[in-house]
Amino acid sequence: MPVNYYIFVSIALFCIGVVGVLTRRNAIIVFMCIELMLNAVNLLLVAFSKMHHLMNIARDASAGIDGQLFVFFIMVVAAAEVSVGLAIIVMMYRNTHSVDINFLNRLKH
Amino acid sequence: MGITQILFWFLTALALGSALMVVLSKNPVYSVLFLIVAFFAISGHYILLNAQFLAIVNIIVYAGAIMVLFLFVIMLMNLNAEMNLQGNKLMRFAGFIAGLCLFLVLVAALKDAGTKKQMVQMGTGDIGLIKNLGMTLFREYVVPFEISSVLFLSAMIGAVVIGKKE
Repeated sequence: MPVNYYIFVSIALFCIGVVGVLTRRNAIIVFMCIELMLNAVNLLLVAFSKMHHLMNIARDASAGIDGQLFVFFIMVVAAAEVSVGLAIIVMMYRNTHSVDINFLNRLKH
Repeated sequence: MGITQILFWFLTALALGSALMVVLSKNPVYSVLFLIVAFFAISGHYILLNAQFLAIVNIIVYAGAIMVLFLFVIMLMNLNAEMNLQGNKLMRFAGFIAGLCLFLVLVAALKDAGTKKQMVQMGTGDIGLIKNLGMTLFREYVVPFEISSVLFLSAMIGAVVIGKKE
């Protein structure tokens, strides 16, 4: 497949995530949309790594392997982020009995 | 149209449709279930690209661990009851327009980029196999790997400290 198709699929997934973050007010759904954006980036990194591998396979047999390792590290960071973020959401629910992100504007005042 | 292309379009439609349903569905539990479907579709894309290790890790970490955490929190807080969290119409419309504008700008910028004739290697190539990834991970990226273990430890301590009562 041409790499253009992967670029457009990833753009579409990323923009769906952006729309979800901007329109939804449930904090958990906002979090899930962030995960969706991370996955769009991961898909594009893997596609580019395979494109790079096909271009440089004659010079270097392991060309493009770095992209897949970056995806692995993004997954590591995403897992750590989700554990801390969900703990923050649980704490916020315990204090305000709501997960509406519009209640989170207290740092402004 | 070969089997690879049919699978590519099927997985693309599945991923985009379930991602849309994540945003559109009212019940958070349905959002989590549709997000799991989207992650499985993306894992199918990884298998098509012969990135087998990432496909398995995507299923185990995302669909297995992270989504269970989300479902657990939703069930724990009893959020599956219908909640009126929709916000006002104007903000939703503005958010939709902003996302659409981002999509149009990115597509217009990358439509004529120099990557048009670049092909992606499908189904073959061995850089995605666990042996080669492990060799590179433990030779060149061993320091970031160890640092990520420290990151996990600090995230675990942070989650416990934030989540405990008082």
